[in-house]
Amino acid sequence: MENNFLIDSDELTETALKRKHQLESDPSCRIDHMKYLPGMDVIESDVCKNVMAEMEAYDYTKYTAADVRRALAKDKCTIEDFKALLSPAAEPFLEQMAAKAKLETSKHFGNTVYLFTPLYIANYCENYCVYCGFNCYNKINRLKLSMEQIEHEMKVIADSGMEEILILTGESPAKSDVKYIGEACKIARKYFRMVGIEIYPVNVEDYKYLHECGVDYVTVFQETYDTKKYETLHLAGNKRVWPYRFDAQERALMGGMRGVAFSALLGLSDFRKDALASALHVYFLQRKYPYAEMSLSCPRLRPIINNETINPLDVGERQLCQILCAYRIFLPFVGITVSSRETAEFRNGIVKIAATKVSAGVSTGIGDHEEKYTGKESDDKSGDEQFEISDGRSLIKMYSDIADEGLQPVFNDYIYVS
Amino acid sequence: MENDKLVIGGKEFNSRFILGSGKYSMKLIEAAVKDAGAEIITLAVRRTNTKDEENILDYIPKNVTLLPNTSGARDAKEAVRIARLARELGCGDFVKIEIMRDSKYLLPDNYETIKATEILAKEGFVVLPYMYPDLNVARELVNVGAAAVMPLASPIGSNKGLATKEFIQILIDEIDLPIIVDAGIGAPSQACEAMEMGAAAIMANTALATAGNLPLMASAFKSAIEAGRNAYLAGLGRVLTRGASASDPLTGFLH
Repeated sequence: MENNFLIDSDELTETALKRKHQLESDPSCRIDHMKYLPGMDVIESDVCKNVMAEMEAYDYTKYTAADVRRALAKDKCTIEDFKALLSPAAEPFLEQMAAKAKLETSKHFGNTVYLFTPLYIANYCENYCVYCGFNCYNKINRLKLSMEQIEHEMKVIADSGMEEILILTGESPAKSDVKYIGEACKIARKYFRMVGIEIYPVNVEDYKYLHECGVDYVTVFQETYDTKKYETLHLAGNKRVWPYRFDAQERALMGGMRGVAFSALLGLSDFRKDALASALHVYFLQRKYPYAEMSLSCPRLRPIINNETINPLDVGERQLCQILCAYRIFLPFVGITVSSRETAEFRNGIVKIAATKVSAGVSTGIGDHEEKYTGKESDDKSGDEQFEISDGRSLIKMYSDIADEGLQPVFNDYIYVS
Repeated sequence: MENDKLVIGGKEFNSRFILGSGKYSMKLIEAAVKDAGAEIITLAVRRTNTKDEENILDYIPKNVTLLPNTSGARDAKEAVRIARLARELGCGDFVKIEIMRDSKYLLPDNYETIKATEILAKEGFVVLPYMYPDLNVARELVNVGAAAVMPLASPIGSNKGLATKEFIQILIDEIDLPIIVDAGIGAPSQACEAMEMGAAAIMANTALATAGNLPLMASAFKSAIEAGRNAYLAGLGRVLTRGASASDPLTGFLH
C-alpha cells in the first residue's frame, strides 16, 4: 500500500503543469539528489557514513524475543540492543519497554514536560515535495508576514504565557531569505526566552548569523534516510539535495548553536530503518559534539490541503509508541518532542513514558494566532496550513492536562549566552 | 577468540596484560612474560642507565614491546624531554605519559598530561597517557592524538581495586580508544571485573611484585584477564533489577 501523493491543481499554468508531470514521471529530468549544488557548504564528517552503514546492515527480521529480553535487562543499551527494540520481535514487549523508558525519562528529566509553540511566518516554497502542503505546485493561500505582523503574532503568543518559540518558514530562500528570518528572530528574542528555528538548511556562516540574532536551536527533519525513496518524493528544489540536508545539524553546531533536533517523517519509507537512522544520527553526532543538546521528534504523515488521503500507512500508534520507547532507552538524555500531529489522548499517554516536550496552542497556518487564541476576527489575510493537526489544545488546557497527570509543565529552563 | 587482538598505535597484541614499572626485578619480568603472557612492559626511563651495569633494558626480552614512561616528570615540558630521551635510547615510539605534581598520592596531573600528549603525538609518538578518569579530559586526549587512555583504578601501588569504577565505565562507553586500567589493581578478581566492564587491558605491577608466589600470581592474573575479556565479549547475562511493573498499564491509551 502506498499513499497517492500526486494531486493536480486546475490553477497551474500549462507550462507549470507540464513541468510538474515531467518531474513526476521522468526521473532523468530531476537533478542528482546526492550531489551538492554550487554554494552549498561541504563539511568533513564521517557521521553520515556511520549512520548509513548501520542502517543498510539492519535486518530487523532476524531479532528474536530473546534479543529483546536481553536488551531490556541491561543497564546500558547498545546499538545492537536498540536494533532489537525497534524490531517486530519487540512489539509484544511494549508494556515492558514503556516501563523501562519511563524509568529512564524520570532519571534524566524528573517529571517535567516542556511546552513550546511553533510560529509559521511564511509558507512560500520552492521545493516540490509531494507529501507536503506547502509544495510549490499545491494550490494554497501563500503569505509572508511583515515584521509588524510577526511582532503582533508574537505578542499574542507571549501573552498566553509561552516562553519558547519555534519559528518556521516554507523553504524559499528567495521569498524568506536568511536576513528576513534573522530579523524575525531578533523580535522573537524580545518576547521569548528560547528561540528555535525550523527552516531550510543553510551554510555555517548563516547559522552563525542566525545564532547572533538570538537563535539557539535548529530543527531539520531528514524526512527519510532511504536515499532512493527520498529521490522519488523530493522532486525539485534545494531540498532534493539529500546530503546537504543530512549535514545541517552539524553545520548548525559549527555555527555555534546550542542544540539541534532531528527526525524522519514516519510513513514515507521503512519506518524501522528510518527510526534507527534518526537515532543514530543523534548518537554519532553527540559523540562528536558531546556538549551539544539534542532532541528527536517523531512526526507521522498527515493529510494536507487538497489531499485528505495522506496517512502514515503502517506506522500506527502502537508502532509510534514502540519507536519512542526505544529512542528513550537508547538515548536516555535526549529531548523527545511529540507534536500536535498526534491526538490529545496519545500525547497525554506518551508524556508519562518518553516524551519531554509537547507543543500547545498550535497553528501551522500563517498569521492566524489572534483569531485562534482570542476568537477575534482579523481583516488581514492568513496563509494556509502545512498539514492538519490532531491536537488543538490551547496552552492553558495543555498546562492543566499535564499537571493533572501529576507531571510538571515547564515553560523554560534555558538562558541565552552568546 | 583468536581474532580478538588489542590494537594500540596500529600494533597488534594478543595479551591484555601490561606490566607496570613500579617495582622491578628480574624475577618479576620473567614471571610477567612467561606466566602472565605480557607482551608490553613498561619501563621508567629514569631507571635506565647509560652505564654498563644495572641497565634495566638488559632485563627485558627482545620480543616484548617496550613502553617507556615519563615518571619523574612534574610538568609537560619534563615529560616531553623524557620521552625524547627514551626514543634516543632506542626504546621505540611508544610512550606512557606520567606526570605527577604530587609526591604524596602520586596522582596524575590531567592538565599537563593533555599538553604533553599533544606535543608528543605530533612528533610521531604512540602516546598512552596515564590519567585520572575524567570524561572531558579523556575527550581532549583523543582530540590531541592519544593512542589509548589509561585511567587509574585507585591510587598507584594501593592495591585497592576499582575505586573509580563508575567513571572508568563512562570512559569505556564514550571513548573510541582502548581504555587501559592502570594503577590500583591489586587482585586478579579486580582485573577480571575491569575486563568484564570492557576495559581493553590491565596494567599492574605491585599486585604481582608483592605476591607470595610471583609466577603463580602472574598466571592468576592471566586467567582473570582472559576470563573477564571473554565475559565481556559474551555479553553479561540478565541481572534482575528492581522496578516492578505498574499496576495500571502505561500503554493502556493505545488502541
